[in-house]
Amino acid sequence: MSIFITAFIVGGLISVVGQLLFDVAKLTPAHTLCILVVTGSILDGIGWYEPLIDFAGAGATIPITSFGNSLTHGAMAEAEKHGFVGVLTGMFEVTSSGISAAILFGFIAAVIFKAKGKN
Amino acid sequence: MVKKGIMTFQTTPSIASTGVTAGPLERKSPFNEQFDKVYEDERSDLTTNEQGHAKMIEDASMIALSKIDATPSDADYLLIGDLVNQMTPSNFCASSLQIPYLGMFAACATSVSSLLMGALLTESNLSTCALAGAGSQHNAIERQFRYPVEYGSQKPKTAQWTATAAGIAVVTPFKAGVPKITKGTVGRVIDLGTTDPLNMGAAMAPAAMDTLQRHLKGHRTKESDYDLIMTGDLGETGFTIFKELATRQELDISSNARDAGEEFYGKDPKFLAGASGAGCSSAVYFSYVYNEMMKGTYNKVLLIATGSLLSPLSYQQGETIPCIAHAVELTMK
Repeated sequence: MSIFITAFIVGGLISVVGQLLFDVAKLTPAHTLCILVVTGSILDGIGWYEPLIDFAGAGATIPITSFGNSLTHGAMAEAEKHGFVGVLTGMFEVTSSGISAAILFGFIAAVIFKAKGKN
Repeated sequence: MVKKGIMTFQTTPSIASTGVTAGPLERKSPFNEQFDKVYEDERSDLTTNEQGHAKMIEDASMIALSKIDATPSDADYLLIGDLVNQMTPSNFCASSLQIPYLGMFAACATSVSSLLMGALLTESNLSTCALAGAGSQHNAIERQFRYPVEYGSQKPKTAQWTATAAGIAVVTPFKAGVPKITKGTVGRVIDLGTTDPLNMGAAMAPAAMDTLQRHLKGHRTKESDYDLIMTGDLGETGFTIFKELATRQELDISSNARDAGEEFYGKDPKFLAGASGAGCSSAVYFSYVYNEMMKGTYNKVLLIATGSLLSPLSYQQGETIPCIAHAVELTMK
């Protein structure tokens, strides 16, 4: 049960940071997104993101920071096996499912639906 | 007397008629009753947003011409603009209407810059029937300047909502019983260094004040001479700054100044600081303001349309937002 609470709080706090970057620091949505991804990537690089996932579960894997974490994670794992080239190939190894899903579902939605403003 | 952007039109070119079209969401506007045509579909029943955009400008042009029993073949000049790259909606509209066309770009200040150009051509005897105006379509312009609407991006409350609307005025030589274009002031680009594209009102307010001051000084008039001073699309944020700047300059505009953008959606907070877009000032000026002048509510009106002259690229390269405001004075006499 406690994992639900920690997931809720940690996920919420990451989102609060995003909202503050947007509202207080006046960054655009694209800047906010990039900063969160890079932060996740750096946190994994120094080994802090995995413990956060262990602690908060989906609270740490659902926010976009987790994408940065996955990029670094894949790069480091492949680098251990294949050296420098592994950094390049590994980056998208873990994240490929997320990227492919985004493209596929984006495509399906674009085929079926037509964007509308509000009425 | 033609000096430093201060224009006086001796022959008083007149606005013989106007045509205004708007999208379905614009039914929520308190000006809704004044629009000539409101579409059920935001793309004007066409396939793309940009096609719908062009159709809105074309329909507004046809409506304006039909009110004086004229057809496109009677028109001498088409002076229109919009905010899409290379103004393709205006270009396609001009292709369809086959009226000699000068594309006009002053961003959201195009309603007035095109009106001034129409008055100049008429004053110099080069035109007897010029169509002036501008339009904007929400989805097309959001994609152009911000994010595609399907991205569902959040916006702060200083941001404005691009209006789906088009307004066209037919400028003719002097005609009795309709508003006349008596004076104008061409704006200077004012850039005080703001960089937030989600707060255009704050960027544009100083430009509106500069043009107001130059107009009053250049034409030796007072702010109290006008029944109405209406800025284009400063929105709630920008208009508040504009009024504050007026107070500092010791101008009393508390009783006669209004902003088309702030009022366009009835100050509904869902629309953030209000409307923006080239169609915002065009639609309000050429429907509500024009009709009220015809009714006799206002005799002397000063319209100050405001525009942000940024591009998505200039913003990405960290440039500031250059802004402009053009003023035109209309009287019924």
